[in-house]
Amino acid sequence: MGIMNFIKKGPSPDITRDPAHPEDDMRLLGGSVILTKLEAINNWGRKYSFFQYPFVTACCGMEFMSVAGPKYDLDRFGAALPRFSPRQADLLMVVGTISHKQAPILVKVYNQMAEPKWVFAFGVCAVSGGFYDNYATVQGIDTLIPVDVYVPGCPPRPEMVIDGLIRLQQKVMEGKWSDFPKGASPVSNIDD
Amino acid sequence: MEANITINKLNSRFSESIVETHAYRGDDTAIVRKEDILEICRFLRDDKELQYNFMMDVTAVDYIGREPRFEVVYHLYSLAFNRRFRIKARVPEADCSVDSVVSLWPSANWFEREAYDMYGIAFNGHPELRRILLYEDFQGHPLRKDYPIKKRQPLIGPTC
Repeated sequence: MGIMNFIKKGPSPDITRDPAHPEDDMRLLGGSVILTKLEAINNWGRKYSFFQYPFVTACCGMEFMSVAGPKYDLDRFGAALPRFSPRQADLLMVVGTISHKQAPILVKVYNQMAEPKWVFAFGVCAVSGGFYDNYATVQGIDTLIPVDVYVPGCPPRPEMVIDGLIRLQQKVMEGKWSDFPKGASPVSNIDD
Repeated sequence: MEANITINKLNSRFSESIVETHAYRGDDTAIVRKEDILEICRFLRDDKELQYNFMMDVTAVDYIGREPRFEVVYHLYSLAFNRRFRIKARVPEADCSVDSVVSLWPSANWFEREAYDMYGIAFNGHPELRRILLYEDFQGHPLRKDYPIKKRQPLIGPTC
């Protein structure tokens, strides 16, 4: 609730009383103070500043470039800057088919990311294996790591990706402190 | 006939080893006994009139229900004469092995590893016969026709 007041009115740069706006008197210290929950403002900051790690393995990568580029422009949603180190990223974009041989790499990258972190399954291969129902392909990355948003499609339209990102933002906004740390992937080898 | 010089030479020199030959539309092929594959390949590489110095492919075929069940297929190319030749060796399931030709053509190394990986055919004398495309913990050989189509492999951890 507090955060919504912040968004609607914004902080006032001027704390002196302006006679032309007597309604400012109703606001705390002339509008220079806002009240919110720390959790809420934290989530609000997180949802507009995703640092993504693009784990691009297949043809969905072309569609990812399209949605990340200037035409569809994920930067409008604060998720533009790819980090090519998992240590600096908090959104793992799994874009494309994951084979069994690739699986340990994906798990390692996920485990290397700092908390809090989210996972975006981009395309039907990452979601469920897609039509690669065979010996070589992982049947959905949720058999390896927890997934927050599933965006199917072969490949998904940019609109679907943007919709998925907005849903992820809603999920982040509803997040609790207690959701993190999520810990290592359930298939991690503890001896590693 | 010029096109069949390879088959003629093989027939005259290895008549015991040749099971079958054909040369349909320049597609020269010989099916040979698997015990003699190394000697025949050495001849094909070293003979001055043949010089098959380029090993282009080694692969296998699973003819399930037929005996012998497998066929290992070698594709050779002669850079000197712009000539191609195919050799097949039939391999039974009970003795699923054939001599490696890595000692003749180093390029056969990974091809034989792939055939081993996918079909489980052992190549005797191969310097490093282990899986090449799949991972070590994989169970079975997926291009065999009796590999269960819905089989699921165990997921592997980051140490592998």
